[in-house]
Amino acid sequence: MTSQLILDKVTVNYDGVSAISDASFSLNEGEIGCLLGPSGCGKTTLLRSIAGFEPVADGSISLHGERISTAKYTQVPEERAVGMVFQDFALFPHLNVSKNIGFGLGHLTSSEKDSRILEMLSLVDLEGVSERFPHELSGGQQQRVALARALAPSPQILLLDEPFSNLDAELRTQLAAEVRTLLKQNKVTTLLVTHDQDEAFAMADKIALLNSGKIVQTDTPYEIYHKPGSLFAADFIGKGTIINVAIDAAGLLGNNLGSLSINALPDETGNSVKLLVRPDDIAYDDTSDTKLSIVSKSFLGPNYLYELALEDGQRVPCLTHSHIDIPVGDELPVRFDLRHVVIFNAE
Amino acid sequence: MEISSNLSNTNTSKSSFGRGWRLSLFICSVIIAIPILTVLASLGLPFSESWQHLFDTVLSDYVINSLLLMIGVGTGTLVLGVSAAWLTAMCDFPGRKILSWAFLLPMAMPAYIIAYTYTGILDFAGPIQTLLRHSFNWEYGDYYFPEIRSLGGAICMLSLVLYPYVYMLVRVSFIEQSTAVLEASRNLGKKPWQTLFLVALPMARPAIVAGVSLALMETLADYGTVAYFGVSAFTTGIFRTWYGLGELTTAAQLCAFLMLFVFALIIAERWSRQRLRFHHNASQKKMVRLQLSGWRSALALSVGVLIVALGFVIPAGQLAIWAASRWQENVNSQFLDLLFNSFSLAFVAALCCLLVAIFLAYSKRIFNTRLEHGAIGIASLGYAVPGTVIAVGVLIPIAWLDNQIDFLSRTWFDYPTGLLLSGTLGILVFAYLVRFLSIALNTVDSGLISIKPNLDESARSLGASPSKVLRRIHLPILRTSLLTALLLVFVEVLKELPTTLILRPFNFNTLAVRTYELASDERLMDAALPALAIVIIGLLPVLLITKSILKERLTND
Repeated sequence: MTSQLILDKVTVNYDGVSAISDASFSLNEGEIGCLLGPSGCGKTTLLRSIAGFEPVADGSISLHGERISTAKYTQVPEERAVGMVFQDFALFPHLNVSKNIGFGLGHLTSSEKDSRILEMLSLVDLEGVSERFPHELSGGQQQRVALARALAPSPQILLLDEPFSNLDAELRTQLAAEVRTLLKQNKVTTLLVTHDQDEAFAMADKIALLNSGKIVQTDTPYEIYHKPGSLFAADFIGKGTIINVAIDAAGLLGNNLGSLSINALPDETGNSVKLLVRPDDIAYDDTSDTKLSIVSKSFLGPNYLYELALEDGQRVPCLTHSHIDIPVGDELPVRFDLRHVVIFNAE
Repeated sequence: MEISSNLSNTNTSKSSFGRGWRLSLFICSVIIAIPILTVLASLGLPFSESWQHLFDTVLSDYVINSLLLMIGVGTGTLVLGVSAAWLTAMCDFPGRKILSWAFLLPMAMPAYIIAYTYTGILDFAGPIQTLLRHSFNWEYGDYYFPEIRSLGGAICMLSLVLYPYVYMLVRVSFIEQSTAVLEASRNLGKKPWQTLFLVALPMARPAIVAGVSLALMETLADYGTVAYFGVSAFTTGIFRTWYGLGELTTAAQLCAFLMLFVFALIIAERWSRQRLRFHHNASQKKMVRLQLSGWRSALALSVGVLIVALGFVIPAGQLAIWAASRWQENVNSQFLDLLFNSFSLAFVAALCCLLVAIFLAYSKRIFNTRLEHGAIGIASLGYAVPGTVIAVGVLIPIAWLDNQIDFLSRTWFDYPTGLLLSGTLGILVFAYLVRFLSIALNTVDSGLISIKPNLDESARSLGASPSKVLRRIHLPILRTSLLTALLLVFVEVLKELPTTLILRPFNFNTLAVRTYELASDERLMDAALPALAIVIIGLLPVLLITKSILKERLTND
């Protein structure tokens, strides 16, 4: 398989400060990638440099085997076969849906253009509103117009900048899945930017996690979640708490947390490790002798999220069914399920 | 205070105080509507024989010239205003920041003043033609030189001073355009200049229409320029029909036809302001300006400097030179009288506008029913109605009233009162009120809107009495708006020519009238001093607008 997009040690400066440094990443044809990170990590800047709106200071960006950005050369945005869906959709307010979608099709004859517009309208299921203006559409419809407009000129890659952030929380996950299906069926190479890990998990084949202008980890969603490569990743992805635990050479943990399997042991088994405890790593078990006192709890509908105190006072989360309702101050019988637990060497 | 005790009382409309308040509001709006209603009602009167004469001779001139003037000024202000807005909002080049406020300077220059200044510069005896003749040894008739005193000249003069209306609105529209929309166009394969014509300009269309409509309203209202240049347009026609033929009804009927043009413009302007809503993109990112360099930036700077020079620097400079050369003869007690007359008249008129505007704005805040909206609708029509029309609309009912008073006085007391009201300053102030109330109202209203009702409520719940709310909350917040309203009306009154010309008391002169008279008598150099005074005062509101542009620059640069 050929790499459709290659970022090779890209450095981008924004307002004189380095916003992205030394970022390398690649996407195969038809793959959906995601730049995930907290706000201000530089992910949007990186996306904009792929679209040609920001020059790179070092490294290179190649699209379909062609270098489009280097420190010395920046191909202008209008000559790149890059489609982009903007965060606020950026629909042209003076043009109706059809004309918005047809905007980038200037190179086609008018009949080719019309048929392409019809094709796009049916792709995003908007045939009924083709004559409407953007302000007459719902948020979800606007997003689909933006998507159709970006896809109409058949770009080599589609860029999505926080595509769901302007929509209702309830719609987001559903739309993310729908958009993924649409992109996959049409084999569109896509790179998405988001700060929302649920969106990233729902959409992407491959996630690049960014922190302060650097790509800290590139992996599948599963690996990113279950095998975070750094404390930052562990902290940013999913819910969980990092605790300091003593460990001996045999893998036996302090705080009565049980033992780790030998192959999960870190390279240097010191006196103490940092352990990422996810809420599902500690399970409710009324037969267990291990009882932890309840510091606080919050009702989540189907579940309760308990915050429990370990022997030495460190706190860990525990997710139970919401039928298990024990008052704060009492003790919860639990079983540690540390098969997938993530360990970092204490620094 | 009585007013304040009702500020946050929702049941006010049912109280007797509320009834009294609203009755006076009703009477107030009827009085303000009288001039416009009078003019429109004149269409119901029989058309006199002079209409046949008008039809046969000059009417088509009036219509055609006014239309040509509108087309010309519309195009001129469009090109100048949009170029200026594009350069300062979307591009970056050395000098851009200075130009972005300098482009407003021509607003300080009334059209009739720039018209006679350029006449002095460009006519046969003026410096330009004299220089040409000397350099090439030409005589009269040896060369072609465009005649400034023509329709084309009037179009140029009006365009040069009216383009800031387009500039201001379009600039804001460009700045508010989402950067992402322009980037989307680039992303979809359009070059920067294609993006200008396919996206940025169409998106600014409502602002362009609104700005051009305002400029055209001013064009229709203009009397000084067309009269000085001898162009037969509607306003000069109205003057001629009345002073020449002595036909007040026919003049009023001509005014009514002029109003048809005005209403078309009002509809265009309001419609576009509504469209503006849809084109407004709330999400604001950092402005990305097109960096111009080399010959492009030199060209941008030259175009900008040329516009400002032609619209302000050259005429203002010429006025200053003339004024300085006649300084000693002209600065005398007569001139000081002129200043005193103009300033006191303008101040009284501004104060009246402000008080009525406060009354209307608070009525809307307290009651907010159809009556208040109607009253405000009537009050805000004035800005679109030419001063000539308002003057005629004021004169007719006042003359009627004078005759009635005279008649009653004769019958009852056997004493002729003569024309009691006509030709008094009070009538002139009333005409100014009708014409400029909307300016004060807009300013006061926008100030009042910023005081949210829950501010009153929270102050009341903290134990403040209604009068304390007015004193401690409303007045401090409104102070700037009130002063701004006062200043804006003051300057407009000072510049207003046709209304003053028609309604002023005998032998009462203002700066504007004196300038016009002297210029009409070809005493251009003597006219320079009062003209310069008007221009300098006219700079004050420009400075105010500049200040708000500076503020906005902080957030956009």
